[in-house]
Amino acid sequence: MMQNKEIATALTDTEFYQIQKRVALKNCGVIDPENIDEYLAMDGYMALHKVLTEMTPDDVIQVMIDSGLRGRGGAGFPTGLKWKFAKGYEAPQKYVCCNADEGDPGAFMDRSVLEGDPHVVLEAMAIAGYAIGSSQGYIYVRAEYPIAVKRLQIALQQAREYGLFGENIYGTGFNFDIDIRLGAGAFVCGEETALMTSIEGNRGEPRPRPPFPAEKGLFQSPSILNNVETWANIPQIILNGPEWFASTGTEKSKGTKVFALGGKIRHTGLVEIPMGTPLRTVIEDIGGGIPNGKKFKAAQTGGPSGGCIPASHIDVQMDYEHLAEIGSIMGSGGLIVMDEDNCMVDIAKFFLKFTVDESCGKCTPCRIGTKRMLEILEKITAGNGTLEDIDRLEELAAYIKQNALCGLGQTAPNPVLSTVRFFREEYESHIVDRHCPAQVCKELFRYVVDPDKCIGCTQCLRNCPPFAISKTDYIAEGHKLPSVTIDQEKCIKCGACIEKCKFDAISKQ
Amino acid sequence: MKSMQELSAIREKMKAEITLEGKTGCKRVVVGMATCGIAAGATPVLNAFVEGVKAAGLEDMISVKQTGCVGICQYEPVAEVYDGTTRTTYVKMDAEKAKRVVEEHLKGGNIVTEYTIGATEV
Repeated sequence: MMQNKEIATALTDTEFYQIQKRVALKNCGVIDPENIDEYLAMDGYMALHKVLTEMTPDDVIQVMIDSGLRGRGGAGFPTGLKWKFAKGYEAPQKYVCCNADEGDPGAFMDRSVLEGDPHVVLEAMAIAGYAIGSSQGYIYVRAEYPIAVKRLQIALQQAREYGLFGENIYGTGFNFDIDIRLGAGAFVCGEETALMTSIEGNRGEPRPRPPFPAEKGLFQSPSILNNVETWANIPQIILNGPEWFASTGTEKSKGTKVFALGGKIRHTGLVEIPMGTPLRTVIEDIGGGIPNGKKFKAAQTGGPSGGCIPASHIDVQMDYEHLAEIGSIMGSGGLIVMDEDNCMVDIAKFFLKFTVDESCGKCTPCRIGTKRMLEILEKITAGNGTLEDIDRLEELAAYIKQNALCGLGQTAPNPVLSTVRFFREEYESHIVDRHCPAQVCKELFRYVVDPDKCIGCTQCLRNCPPFAISKTDYIAEGHKLPSVTIDQEKCIKCGACIEKCKFDAISKQ
Repeated sequence: MKSMQELSAIREKMKAEITLEGKTGCKRVVVGMATCGIAAGATPVLNAFVEGVKAAGLEDMISVKQTGCVGICQYEPVAEVYDGTTRTTYVKMDAEKAKRVVEEHLKGGNIVTEYTIGATEV
């Protein structure tokens, strides 16, 4: 890890940490998440006290609007505005929901917040309950996060014992409580209407909007839904003021964003940076660059709903507007770094396969459209594509984006569109030359033995699952044993041979 | 149900325990026990610290706590020692390393530099 003095003995001395600005992750890794007293020591539940005793609901909403906080779950809708709409509808019961159904493969910041600082989410939800006039909250969390669920339950129990949840909180007459609902891990249940349908006990499928949840959400009542990371910002905005929050970030994207940095990068981890930080800073300074001397090729943001940022755009500012401009999205903050060994067509296929699996099937564009797109991508990566297939992909993508019922379908074509936009030559190479430049697509390369380098140790032969390797009669000069050869008909391209060969005699071509 | 005064009292008391303000000679050890840390083997590390501090009879001076994730995945399990204003980040810990940190750092006051984040390659 990069050091600023001879040996950095503290995390805070490393470059990885120093460039970051921790707001949402302020308490993560500092306090004991199973002890409410430690949260209290970090000014916990003081924001709730402040709103209940000093502010009107309209004041709270105005602070949220002034802060410029936008949803950290993906779409980036202004949080204060969402609350204002929900407050505007009269109803006997309204609901505050927390989206902890972190479905993007590669993102884990919500889990970290829930496991490291569960009270911050509870406190923020109570603040929202006061602001919109609700007495009941729901946290929808994946059942795959057992520790997060356990710590939430402990936190809720402790907060109730202290009288911070339940009836007459802080003696102000305000009532609020929260229930936890476990999701079964369907990606579509991260979509707001599907999530609410699932909380209601029905199959998790989206509903047409409008009416928007602010008018008719959970149980057909006015509801708001915010993501875990959004909630984690709120108590500090109340305590430090909207100007404090808005002083970080760019003109339209305020505050910080947590990214789950992964893939081909030296330092993986959770990084929280001011909005607008260039991607280059994240990759080269915080992440420490690409390992093994490889070259940076692209970064994928937003998971299955996002797109790729190519090396030519490495100086792009990481905020809602600039990412959208180049066809990607902020998303929930998954940031997967790719090097020259990654095939962009294969990446597009991977994400599309994910959405095909996770499509709920309710609307036709998503159910059938994404499947047709996947078939085309499979055709291309198998070496059977035509140049018209790229046009067909773009045509289908435009259609799906316009017509799908919910966010899952509307964004599903993004990985394909962005890779076609920035890596069209790679698609063309697969189609025209029947060649995969990164040598990932199995149908488009072969493993071959260089008979002059092969010493005949037969390590590969003994480790070849389909017995595709056999000895030849050829003994290279200076060697004692005959070299081997690979039967391309039998080869399954598993790569076991290349891994076993200590003499660099096997290569991909 | 706690009154505002009771909550404030807890807040002040815990603040002193976390920041170690006015607590000369006291230390605080936190072990990253989020999913990532536990998967990497943080549980035996936490146990080793708890037992080591107990065996040394330092429970009044040194608190050992679990915490969440500090965000450095490939360095897990992570344990941090707060000693006054000095923060030390030990990475890739195991029970044996924890015992040595108890002996040399917690009891002896010398940082085990070779286990710290700056001395560890990934």
